[in-house]
Amino acid sequence: MTAIVRILRRRPAAPLGAAAVVFLLAGSLLSGQFAQQTVSGLASGGIYASLAVAIVLIYRATQVINFAQGGMAMFTTYVAWELMQQGYGRWSAYLLAIVIAFAGGVLLERTVLRPVENAPAVTTVIVTIGLLVTFNGLAGWIWSAQIRPFRGPFPTRPIHVGGVAFSLQDIGTIAVALGAVTVLWALFRFTRIGLSLRAAASQPAAARLVGIRVGWMLALGWGLAAALGAVSGILVAPVVFLQPNMMDAILIYAFAAAVLGGIDSPLGAVVGGLTLGVVLNLVGTYIHAATAELRLPIALALLLVVLLVKPSGLLGRTAVRKV
Amino acid sequence: MRGVFNYVAAAGVAVGLAVLPLLTSGYHQLEWAYVGVYACAILGLNVLTGYTGQISLGHGAFMAVGGYTAALFTENRLFNTSLTLGLPHLNPLLTLPLAGAIAGVIGLALGVPALRLSGLYLALATFAVAVSVPSIAKRFPGQTGGTTGIVLDVHTGRWLYEVTWSSAAVLFVLVWALLRGRTGRAFRAVRDSETAAVSCGVDLAVYKTLAFGVSAACAGVAGALLALIAGYANPDTFPLLLSLTILIGAVVAGLGSLWGVLVGAAFVEFLPVYAQQVSKQAPSVVYGVALVAIMIVLPTGFAGLVRRVLRAGS
Repeated sequence: MTAIVRILRRRPAAPLGAAAVVFLLAGSLLSGQFAQQTVSGLASGGIYASLAVAIVLIYRATQVINFAQGGMAMFTTYVAWELMQQGYGRWSAYLLAIVIAFAGGVLLERTVLRPVENAPAVTTVIVTIGLLVTFNGLAGWIWSAQIRPFRGPFPTRPIHVGGVAFSLQDIGTIAVALGAVTVLWALFRFTRIGLSLRAAASQPAAARLVGIRVGWMLALGWGLAAALGAVSGILVAPVVFLQPNMMDAILIYAFAAAVLGGIDSPLGAVVGGLTLGVVLNLVGTYIHAATAELRLPIALALLLVVLLVKPSGLLGRTAVRKV
Repeated sequence: MRGVFNYVAAAGVAVGLAVLPLLTSGYHQLEWAYVGVYACAILGLNVLTGYTGQISLGHGAFMAVGGYTAALFTENRLFNTSLTLGLPHLNPLLTLPLAGAIAGVIGLALGVPALRLSGLYLALATFAVAVSVPSIAKRFPGQTGGTTGIVLDVHTGRWLYEVTWSSAAVLFVLVWALLRGRTGRAFRAVRDSETAAVSCGVDLAVYKTLAFGVSAACAGVAGALLALIAGYANPDTFPLLLSLTILIGAVVAGLGSLWGVLVGAAFVEFLPVYAQQVSKQAPSVVYGVALVAIMIVLPTGFAGLVRRVLRAGS
């Protein structure tokens, strides 16, 4: 008994996660509806997760909470759409849009964020809010606010397996989210550039002394996050349709996912996103007082409860505080 | 010398604001009444963020509490119905302190759990509260009128202007009195270094919670004023954007400066208007770019600029 308590206290996330997986599996075997809700919850969770990982990346690189993440993702999805209109193939349009997003992210960091690097945190928050407003306005101006269909990378035709309906789109979204975080983890863990990225983020002065170009590392972090944002935009657009405010609600869920998992942990962002997606669906199905209006408040109440128990999220690193 | 200058400047602003409605039309009086609302809210946020160092992205939620309080106690008539809730009918002026008190108590209550969070976690947690409020209001249509909300009496621009700015003046004096003494020193100590503050005997929990309460009370009064001006209280009166607007105003004003609040309030009211004039097609692009540019040029807001100029002069 004491051993269990000790494990829970030291690493509460692992046994809790295992318990959650067992619960979901058991529920899915017992009830088709439960399984259905779990699967579609995981699919929307994958979308929240991909944007949440982008938020975490920027936070880790530059300690900035990027409100423009959704706006950037939306804008680059429009770029992909425009490329398809210009006659590019589907996949080359996606790829080109992701490359453009990467370049745009680097450019934004160099031109807009660089000057406020040493300003108070709240100033950079306002800068990113300004960017969000700008991107929304630009998209509405260039492409009009009209809702447009967007052809996604995966077919949305439902497949039935044992009474549970899902689409390749759902599976693809989860796979892309997990794939992205694996690639990032490998990048940070095994490559020289990943090591430089981590060094620049945690010890900028020391990193500069050993010859790392800290400014460019921060810009690279923004570029990676923007590229990942483009991926999540391309995954979302077939579901919510292409429109200038398509990412607004998803950004809020992605924030919640990032904070839930711990704002400095990419794996936490994925866990947070999937948890949020599943919990929202199950709560909406089984708790009747929770009508559609209360979906968001319940998600956020869950977030607040987790934060009060673990103030730095499920997998976040706890900062040591003196007082 | 500085002290005398401050008093003269404050008196000048007060006289200017008192004379303004005599020179302008009803529409502009209404615009300036909105500036007054923003001033109250930004003042509140400044106590919390500027003086105590706690970022809140959720002050729109406290404004909603104040706005619904004012609506329920003056009118308590839901849109398109004669349904009443059995609450006493109060003079709209009496609802203002009531809205401040209720929002303040809620702020104190939220301040306690907020003690566990710091920095950006606190910011995002308060953001969560602001996101939730409109949905909660929609969920309980019997009490809040749902999406359509509660309708209030219509008042003239002149009356609204006077009520708004009188309230703002009262709040400014109260906050100024609070900040200039022992409490204000404790707030600033918490902001500058929690460790140093504790070692000087400042009780962090007490002062952080107090700052939340005071801040929320100001936002509550602002929300009540907003409901009076708009003529109704519904979820769209207090959108998520309102919380962000207040934060923008506070940062543009310069955190930790009382008079800067007026600049920030005028900024958030008039920048969208000018953006509309600059470009009819894409006003929000103008707004966004202007915001980014101002933050790059003035990272510490207008008050920071003035502080730098004064320091260079002396």
